[in-house]
Order: sequence, then structure tokens, then C-alpha cells
Amino acid sequence: MGSNIGNTLKKYTMVIALVVIVGIFYIGTEGTILLPQNVNNLLSQNAYVFILATGMLLCILTGGNIDLSVGSVVCFVGGLGALLMSKGYNVVIAVIAMLICGILIGAWQAFWVAYINVPPFIATLAGMYAFRGLSNVILDGHVVAISNTTFLNVFGGGADCYIPDFFGGGNFNITCMLAGVIGVAIFVINELRARISAKRKGYSTTSSVAFIVKLVLVSVVVLYMAFKLAGYKGIPTSLIWIIVVVLAYHYFTTKTTMGRYLYAVGGNEKATQLSGINTKKVYFFAYTNMGFLTAIAGILTVARATNAQPTYGMFYEMDAIGACFIGGASAYGGTGSVFGAIVGALLMGVINQGMSIMGVDANYQKVVKGLVLLFAVIFDVVSKREKK
Amino acid sequence: MGKILLEMKSITKEFPGVKALDNVNLQVEEGEIHALVGENGAGKSTLMNVLSGIYPFGSYTGDIVYNGEVCQFQKIKDSEEKGIVIIHQELALIPYMSIGENMFLGNEQGRKSAIDWDKTYAEADKYLRMVGLSESSRTLIKDIGVGKQQLVEIAKALAKHAKLLILDEPTSSLNETDSKALLDLLLKFKQEGMTSIIISHKLNEVSYVADKITVIRDGSTIETLDKNVDDISEDRIIKGMVGREMTDRFPKRNDVHIGDIAMEVKDWTVYHPQFSERKVVDGVSMNVRKGEVVGIAGLMGAGRTELAMSIFGKAYGTNISGQLFLNGQEVQLKNIKDAIKHKLAYVTEDRKGNGLILSNPIKVNTTLANLSSLTSHRVIDKDKEYLVAEDYRDKLKTKCPTVEQNVGNLSGGNQQKVLLAKWMFANPDVLILDEPTRGIDVGAKYEIYCIINDLVAAGKSVIMISSELPEVLGMSDRIYVMNEGKMVGEMSGAEASQESIMSCILKS
Repeated sequence: MGSNIGNTLKKYTMVIALVVIVGIFYIGTEGTILLPQNVNNLLSQNAYVFILATGMLLCILTGGNIDLSVGSVVCFVGGLGALLMSKGYNVVIAVIAMLICGILIGAWQAFWVAYINVPPFIATLAGMYAFRGLSNVILDGHVVAISNTTFLNVFGGGADCYIPDFFGGGNFNITCMLAGVIGVAIFVINELRARISAKRKGYSTTSSVAFIVKLVLVSVVVLYMAFKLAGYKGIPTSLIWIIVVVLAYHYFTTKTTMGRYLYAVGGNEKATQLSGINTKKVYFFAYTNMGFLTAIAGILTVARATNAQPTYGMFYEMDAIGACFIGGASAYGGTGSVFGAIVGALLMGVINQGMSIMGVDANYQKVVKGLVLLFAVIFDVVSKREKK
Repeated sequence: MGKILLEMKSITKEFPGVKALDNVNLQVEEGEIHALVGENGAGKSTLMNVLSGIYPFGSYTGDIVYNGEVCQFQKIKDSEEKGIVIIHQELALIPYMSIGENMFLGNEQGRKSAIDWDKTYAEADKYLRMVGLSESSRTLIKDIGVGKQQLVEIAKALAKHAKLLILDEPTSSLNETDSKALLDLLLKFKQEGMTSIIISHKLNEVSYVADKITVIRDGSTIETLDKNVDDISEDRIIKGMVGREMTDRFPKRNDVHIGDIAMEVKDWTVYHPQFSERKVVDGVSMNVRKGEVVGIAGLMGAGRTELAMSIFGKAYGTNISGQLFLNGQEVQLKNIKDAIKHKLAYVTEDRKGNGLILSNPIKVNTTLANLSSLTSHRVIDKDKEYLVAEDYRDKLKTKCPTVEQNVGNLSGGNQQKVLLAKWMFANPDVLILDEPTRGIDVGAKYEIYCIINDLVAAGKSVIMISSELPEVLGMSDRIYVMNEGKMVGEMSGAEASQESIMSCILKS
């Protein structure tokens, strides 16, 4: 039992760290960090990190491989979309073009990685240079504004990037609160159903205490967030995209064969090959998919800024990589989870925002971020060593 | 009675939750070869790690008396300074460095700021000759075979001025000729006054080389047998190891029903994937029938693994030619997936490197080769997966708390069972088992043999590649002998003997 609690604690270390850090900043900023507007900003400002970290996690799972090009590709894809719209193309066409462009770029790099055995670091470093350059070329070094209101509304840009309140709650957004309550209800029912069915079939389950603590914690956090968001303007549109991507990829990595193969390749590539699995396909998928999610991140980025600039997306790849490793992904591949990467991204986001509110110099913020990444990985390595 | 060189007194070492060593005593005389035997997990390696300072003084209780003084080693360097050198089971050589560089790694010749390479290579050559190697010490490690690499390890130990040499499973990856050469080298060193401790699973080697044998079971010393006083036959040693008499090391198969030919290859030739002019398998023809265990005997490097893997959907080699028949039909297998679809399975000899994903749970490993049978629309039915894993855990008697356990935390024998479960779940008709009992203890071996018998009783065909002749003889209905890429003999299990197989190899 004692070791059981220990294991649970270990599993959720980063969640606990997140709570502790939020607590520290709550005190440090005298509560400002949890003001509805700030919670809102935290999510929409970091939307790209959540999306990119999800894609990056899949690459990292295959063996600690990273994609350095995502920042440049975010910029390129965003620039392409902004250009198309400024030239009067239909918004649907522009979005489809952006997604296809992202997928093609992903597939281009994936091809070299998977079938020609170019080390991912090199293949994507080349992409990082090339697409930064190409972004400058297509934008001609200028800022291209986006005025299409459909695009901005759907992808969360400008002043009106919130889901409107269908119930007319005035200062308190009832739709948002309701969505939170329904979300929690679905979550609790799902978890309970899974647990009951597992018990009935006699499978091993986590201890009841851990289960209840998990349910209560998640519910409280979600309801609290919904309450906070409702007190400002409601659900930011970008949050919907984040939730869709995260849930879809959580399901994908835990329940599907391709998801399983990603872990298998990272755990032992040879054994996976000898199990009759085409490992090249797995690499190809991971990097092509990264291109797809990068396109989504590009869309969200230019929508939020309501324009495209050749400097967008700088160091986005590092934020995504950092989030995955802070979230417990192994630098050698084979272990990690979408959930972990999201917690990692949140942790980075909270630290950023907390320090900004406290007025910490931007340069020191970087120092702190670097140290957090280092200590998260040190912690991971040390706790694994103790297990042996 | 000679002088006692080493005495370990009431050594107790605990890990969180486990007592790995419980009051162990060991006495080693100067100039003898002392064997340490016991099942996997009995505590042999732990004991040697205590001795060499890998587990520092203070992390265990008890005394180490070496050469008359009580020693308190904090790290490996401390024990090496006294002349205690341990050679680990896994070779610790760096492939892209030369023999000389490897030999003096951490013990560089010359000054710290300027390594004296001339001296390094001269010294290295000197020690290489002592172990009977004629290679230049400038040769890269990757360019010499495993057998020679093991000798380099010994030369490396000599270069550290070893007085007490500890060898942990030195022959586990060597073929019979190389093993014999290594053991003879130890005997030669003994003549020159060297003391050695050898840990081994291969009891015939232990009987051949050891003066005294200490048996460890469940972290305690059971007995020490003296060659001159006691019976040190293999059966006697096994009795000490498992705590009971092992009258039959190979389970009997009661009703043998050998049917039609399930798989046959004709004139099978395979070339090396990198050096495409080198023939690795040369015109091999063989077959296996339903309900039959066919053994393939041969030395390490005879091409047996390469033959098996090339049949298994071209998992090895280039320019593969020859015909493959399954149930009388000629088939072309394009890739491994294809081979699995045609109901072939290859269970690798290297379960950690090529077989299992150590960082994944048992259930994931069990289903990996046949995941599609558990899915609809590429979504895995996790309930079914769990049941499958549980089912095989029961059937194969895998010892584990739950099937959620990571495979990396299991013992070698249980890992092997998970690997077998994985391929049994792929539902093959023909299983090629490559060294199915390598590095696992006597009890687990017996259980693996039972599984093999159950498989053929169910009408499957098993091809068993093994370097342990007693195992090939004990298990096979029919035996092929392979040497240097060619099939050099075929005999029935009843008429084969160790001598007939060895003479087959030597006369080819």
C-alpha cells in the first residue's frame, strides 16, 4: 500500500509540481495570476505550445527524436494562409491549403528521416533554416494583416475570440460554466464506467483512494477553470482547438495500433521490426503528423496575432520539446504521454506568466525556464535510477 | 591446504525489500580456480559486485579479508589496486576503438596530458600474446569476433596486474571451440599461480576447470565441493543448486504424432547484408514435420541464426535464393509481416536486444506481433488484450505480480516466457526457437522444454537452434548439424550423441 501511494505520487509528480508552482505565484502575485483574464490569456497565449507539444511527443516517443523545424514551419504556413486571404481567396480554401502545406512539409522531412535514414536532427535542422528563409521570401519581409472575420472568429483571434454566451448571462458566462459542468460529468461517468467494468471482469485497478483523489482533483480543477473563464468572457475559441487535439491524440496514443507502434519503436526498434511491423512507416507517420499539427499551430498563431510576420514562430520548437521532457517523456523514446506533455506546457506557461506579472526581467525568465527544464529531467533520471 | 587468498565472511546485502545475500561465506585458496554456481538470481553476481567494490563498503555487512588484511573497498579502483579484477558477463568494450585503446581505457599509459601511444600499443601487444591472440593491438574491436573479444577482456584484466580474476559467465556468448580455448587459458594461468573465480551456468565447463565449487541458492551459500574430495558430477551440482535431485532434465513426450512436412527449404543460399560477396548460408536443404522438434546443432557463427532469419521473411541477408515450401506449396515471403501471415514465427536468441520492449508492460509485449487480431478499425480492445496476456501468463506459468509489469523487471526465464507467449499468440504453425534457454536457470529451462512439448503435441512444428548439445539431444526428434553455412549432417534424435555431432562438425 505504501509503495502504491508512492507510485501514484511519482506518476503525478509534475501535476503536483504544477499545483505548487501555481500556489507560489498566487502568493507572489497576490492572486493576480488566477484572475479570470490571466487564466484566459494563459490558455490562448500558449495554444501553440499545447498543439506542438502533442505532435512533438509522438516524434520523441519514436526514440527521443525531435523536430527542429516546427517554428519555421508555423511561420511559413501562417504566412501562406495570410497571403491567400489577403489576395481574396475563400477562407475555407486558405485553411485547407495551410493544412495540406503543413502535411506536405511534414511528409518531405518524414521521407528523409524514415526511408533514407537521415538523422531527424539534421533533416529538421535543414527545414528550420529553409522554411524560415522561405517565410521571408513569400511575405517579402512584410507584415501581412488578416481581416477575414470568419477566420479570426473560428481560430480565436482579435477582440472577439470567445464562444458567445447562448444564455445571456451578462457578466457571468453561463455557456462556459455549463460546458465545464457537462465536461466533468462526462469525465466522471466515463471513469466510473471503465472502473466498474474493469472490476467486474476482475482486472487489477488502482486503489480506491487514488481513484477518488484523481476524480475529485480533475473535477475541481476543471470546474474552477470554467468558473474563472465564465467570469471573464467565456471560453476562448483556441481552447476548443486545444481540447479537440489533446483528446484526439490522447485517444490515438493509448488506444490505436499506430499509437502502440510509436511506443514500440522507441522502446526497441529491432524487436518491433521482428514483430512484423513496418518501422519506417511509423517514423514517416510521426513526422508527417508533426507537419499537420504544425499547420494547426500556424493557423492559431496568425489568427491570434491577426497578421503574419516573418519572425513568427521563433523558438516554438524549443517550447514544445521542453514541454514534452518536463512532462516526463524519455529522451531515449518509448515512454511519455500526451497528458504529460500538456502538463509540461502548462508548467512552462504558468512560470512565464507568473514572472511577467511579477515584473521579472525577460532575460531572467529564460534562465528560470532553462533551469526548470534541467531540473525536471534530473528529477526524472534520478527517480528512475532509484527504482533500480 | 594452500594459503587462503580471499575470505568473505558472513556477507549480507539488502536491497529495498529483498535480501539479496544472506550470511554468505566464501573461501578461495591461492592458485585455485573456484567456481560459483547457482540459479539466476541466486546472488552470485551480487556477491562479486560486493567483492569488487561496485557496492561500496558500508552498503553491506560482513568482512572481506584479502591477502590477510580486511578490505573496505569504496569503488572498483580500490579493488583493482589490490589485483582483484572482474570481467562482466556483458562485454564492456567499445567497438570503434582499437584493442589497445580499450585495454588501457581508464588506465592510460604515459601522462594524463599526453598519452604515450607507442607504449600503449607495445604493452597491449604483450598482453595479447599472453592470452594467445596474434592480432595487432591497433585492430578495432568491431573487427574481431566475440570469442577474441572475450580474450581481449582477459588481456585487459592482466594489464591491470590481476592476481584474482573474476569471470562472470565468460563463455555465455562463445561457441564450444572458443569456450574450450578460454577455459584452457584459465588452466594455464593457474599453472602460473593465478587465482580465478568463475561464475557459470555451464556445468560441464565447471566440472572441467574448477578445483572447488561453491553453490549459492537464494542468497545463501549451500555447500562447497572439493574436486579431490567430493563428487562433482553435473547431477551432483544441480542437486545443490535446485535443492532436489533432477533425475530428468528433459521432460518426456508421451504420444508423439509426427505428420506431414510443414515447412521445407531447398538449396537455400544467403549472402551477408554488408559484404555481399560473402556466403553466409550455402545451399541448405532441410524440413520439419508437423508435431516434430527438429534441432539444429552447430558452432557459434555456423549460420544457423542467419538461416532462420532469412527464412523468416528475409529478416536477414541479401541475394537470398532457394525454394521455400509451406505445407507442400511453394511460397515467396516478401517481408516479416508476410512470414507471420504464413504462420511462421522466429523467436530470437537475443531477447533483450531483438525480442522484447523492456520498457513496456508484459501485455503490450505479448500482443505486439499479432495486434491486429485485437483491433477493430485500428483501435485496440484493451480488455481483450488484458485477457490474452493473463491467459498466457497462466499457461506458461510466468511469474509476475500483474501483466501490467514492465518486462525489464522480470528475470531472464520469465522474459523468455513472455517472448514465447508473444509468438504463440501470433498463432504460428512453425516456430523457430533460437537458443530458447540461453542464460536462464535450470528450473526455468525445464518449464520452457515443457512448453515446447506442448506446442508439438498440439501439432505445431518446432525448429530449435541451440548451442547446448545436451539440450539438442534431449529435446529433438531429428537433428541437423550445420557448419560454416552448410548442412553437414542429419541424424535421428535416438542415434545422435555429443560425439557424433562433434565429429560431424569436425569432419566437414
